[in-house]
Amino acid sequence: MFAYVLRRALYAIPILVGVNLITFFLFFVVNTPDDMARMHLGMKRVTPDAIEKWKAERGYDRPLLYNAQADGSDRLTATIFFDKSVRLFGFDFGSSDAGRNIGADIKQRMWPSLAIAVPQFLVGLLVYVSFAMLLAFFRGSYLDISGVVLCVVLMSISGLFYIIAGQYVFSKLLHLFPVSGYEPGWLAWRFVLLPVVIGVIAGLGSSGRV
Amino acid sequence: MEPRQLLIRAPVTLPAWIAGMLAAIAIAGCSEQPWNSPYPAWQAEQNILYSSFSERPKHLDPAQSYSSNEVVFTAQIYEPPLQYHFLKRPYQLEPLTAVKIPSPYYLDQAGRRLTDDTPAAEIAYSVYDIEIEPGIRYQPHPAFARDAEGRYLYHDLSGADLERINALADFAETGSRELVATDYVYQIKRLAHPRLHSPIFGLMSEYIDGLAEYAKTLKQADRQQQSRQAENLFLDLRDYPLSGVEVLDRYRYRVKIRGKYPQFLYWLAMPFFAPMPWEAERFYSQPGMSKRNITLDWYPVGTGPYMLTVNNPNRQMIMERNTNFHGERYPEQGEAGDIEAGLLADAGRPLPLIDKVIYSLEKENIPTWNKFLQGYYDASGVSSDSFDQAIQIGSGGDISLTPELQDKGIQLNTAVATSISYMGFNMLDPVVGGDSERARLLRQAIAIAMDYEELISIFANGRGIPAQGPLPPGIFGYREGQPGINPYVYDWTKHGPQRKPVAEAKRLLAAAGYPDGRDVETGKPLALYFDTTGGGPDDAARLNWIRKQFAKLDIQLQIRNTDYNRFQDKMLKGTAQIFQWGWNADYPDPENFLFLLYGNNGKVEHNGENAANYRNAEFDRLFERMKNMKNGPQRQEVIDRMVEILRHDAPWVFGFHPKQFVLYHNWYHNAKTNLMANNGLKYRRIDPQLREQQRRAWNQPVVWPLGVLVLLLALAMLPALIAYRRHEQQRVQAAQS
Repeated sequence: MFAYVLRRALYAIPILVGVNLITFFLFFVVNTPDDMARMHLGMKRVTPDAIEKWKAERGYDRPLLYNAQADGSDRLTATIFFDKSVRLFGFDFGSSDAGRNIGADIKQRMWPSLAIAVPQFLVGLLVYVSFAMLLAFFRGSYLDISGVVLCVVLMSISGLFYIIAGQYVFSKLLHLFPVSGYEPGWLAWRFVLLPVVIGVIAGLGSSGRV
Repeated sequence: MEPRQLLIRAPVTLPAWIAGMLAAIAIAGCSEQPWNSPYPAWQAEQNILYSSFSERPKHLDPAQSYSSNEVVFTAQIYEPPLQYHFLKRPYQLEPLTAVKIPSPYYLDQAGRRLTDDTPAAEIAYSVYDIEIEPGIRYQPHPAFARDAEGRYLYHDLSGADLERINALADFAETGSRELVATDYVYQIKRLAHPRLHSPIFGLMSEYIDGLAEYAKTLKQADRQQQSRQAENLFLDLRDYPLSGVEVLDRYRYRVKIRGKYPQFLYWLAMPFFAPMPWEAERFYSQPGMSKRNITLDWYPVGTGPYMLTVNNPNRQMIMERNTNFHGERYPEQGEAGDIEAGLLADAGRPLPLIDKVIYSLEKENIPTWNKFLQGYYDASGVSSDSFDQAIQIGSGGDISLTPELQDKGIQLNTAVATSISYMGFNMLDPVVGGDSERARLLRQAIAIAMDYEELISIFANGRGIPAQGPLPPGIFGYREGQPGINPYVYDWTKHGPQRKPVAEAKRLLAAAGYPDGRDVETGKPLALYFDTTGGGPDDAARLNWIRKQFAKLDIQLQIRNTDYNRFQDKMLKGTAQIFQWGWNADYPDPENFLFLLYGNNGKVEHNGENAANYRNAEFDRLFERMKNMKNGPQRQEVIDRMVEILRHDAPWVFGFHPKQFVLYHNWYHNAKTNLMANNGLKYRRIDPQLREQQRRAWNQPVVWPLGVLVLLLALAMLPALIAYRRHEQQRVQAAQS
């Protein structure tokens, strides 16, 4: 078991490095910083000076991989690659182009996501395992077959459909849950319940049988 | 045996769980609030307005912000010296923090005073002396907080001090101070700040004396400072004087403008010219602040009726009444019809009328719309998704609300936006551009073939009016009725303007040397290029439609679809041929539209806003004259001549002016659309009791289908239970035998 976990952890390293390299290539080579600047500065009254300034401020005016003008170790560190990609490995996410600190944003935004993901995982585990064992119990009978059919039907429907249908039926027609929104603290259950139920049902098809 | 015992519980779990859910809902039902209310119960019947935002605003710093979704906030918080009158039309400026609307005096090159009637060409400088009201105070803010000895509490914070700080509200103390003229000067200086990107810096450096040089001075100063100290990044602009802008005394400041530029007054009504206290910049530039997202871009500091108290762009933004607001009263006068519309019911009441506004993040259209229908948002736009649910168009083209919305007492406001969406020809292009008669006829033919009436009805649900020229209604110079039509594209009939038949376009095309879409000289079919960006399914339909319009004239239209940046690049280099573009008015003056075709604003040559690169000597001469004229018959005459030149030359196919539709619930008052002013929030009023009543009436929970659902699930379990019984019996029998 320990060897398995270790192996998995080691596998993750080349994958992360690869993902990092590919995103670097996509974000800074395929799509140049000039493009990003223009996208951010908008339509009205954008001058080339403004673009240069925008790039300089975010460090996008530096060379990509090797800074020949710098001294010593700066030759490698004063580059876009080091600043934007290598730092990520130290969990230093820097600022987004809109000027917000990404680390702080993640800290803030993960709670609503976790409030849905964790109960969905736990309840889902309970329901899926029970359901799967139930089917296994009646293996070969008509119950097993109808269970499989149900799973395939559930699986064939797009996840988006469950969300829209759930919102439509429970929030719009029956007025039972808020359509959208979030509230921190224990009142969060009013917003979390429906997505969890929908998530569990939507996952039943693929998880219940497999 | 053991594992199977466990299994028995499984079928019970689901119904039990749903029963639990029902119980939970029942508990929630004990509070009187509708179950589907997305807001906490204590907020019912509070004087709170609910609204939404779909994208987090990028900048709330008044030097940088230029987007319509940002000005929703900045215009309520920051107070420039002037504002637009809320009710009067045509749009009219009035003082906000200023004592009166400043009238400039003029100087020649040597600095000698000139009379007011001096011709514009002889005026070297216009000088605006602006006086502000005394006694206006800033909102409570930690940047102003001081201890008993008058030292600033939060201006030299260390890393340890900031440990427990995550939002602006975490600072225990706040303070305030009086608004002074220095703050206005400070903000104008910030337009040239080396670390900010003011979208109007390029434009303003042409007008405000010394601003361009000032940017260079600051850049150098900034570099020096950064080489000295890496950490404290506060660049105190008070140490660097700006020649064209000076403080006269505590309440007066002076702005020196190059030449004559009467439109400057309109800029004085925008947040770009709002005051900025130096304390705020000092406070926000401390190390560790931006790491916590505590910046001027996210937490504005102003004197306006509201202040931003919660800014969590991932969930909600809250504006609350500024406790230090200097006070303002609802206008006593409006235009004809305002009294009948109930818009003067609050005349003379102190503003603002609403205590708090909660903006919730709503990324999707459908939930936003449904929440509006349930009464959880007070106003709504009409997206194309929900258009059919909201609006019905009668046989005569008359627009009304659907019965469902009428029953709810919802009201509809429509207004033609002061903007234009047009199709431009690149005048540098050898085929469609240039001053030759041939190209002109070709452009005129295309202008007839592009059936914008159809475009508006298909792609905009009828929300727009075809443009007869560059000026939208509501802007001085626009003409209504027969004198206002574009005679090169329309005929006047008793039903109004009628687009000329395609046959006429074909005749023009033949005269241009392309009979049946073939070049007379070479015999080759005429192929044109449409440069565009965007690739969604909606765009595909629209592009197809445009191709069909050209096909009416047997012209092959090739779509050159690239991403946004490539498209911008083509426009900058002048390699595009035909393109679609738009403009939204900055201020209600014809100059703000006609400058889009002024030769010296050419995109390729001057990187200006003249995307068509149009240049006509006569038009340019008239533009320079018109720019400095007062609204009146003489100006109208010059504008008429300019518009006639444009219609004849047809550098644009004047597309259409979009129409805005806004829906309001019946508890929402003072909803007059003002396309120029963005600070309308302070005038709005809601009736929270009526809203709560309606919300309850519309959102009665329907529980019985849940019961049915539980029953159905139980029924579904039945076969399993029967099968299990049978199985057990067989085992018992097997054991017995």
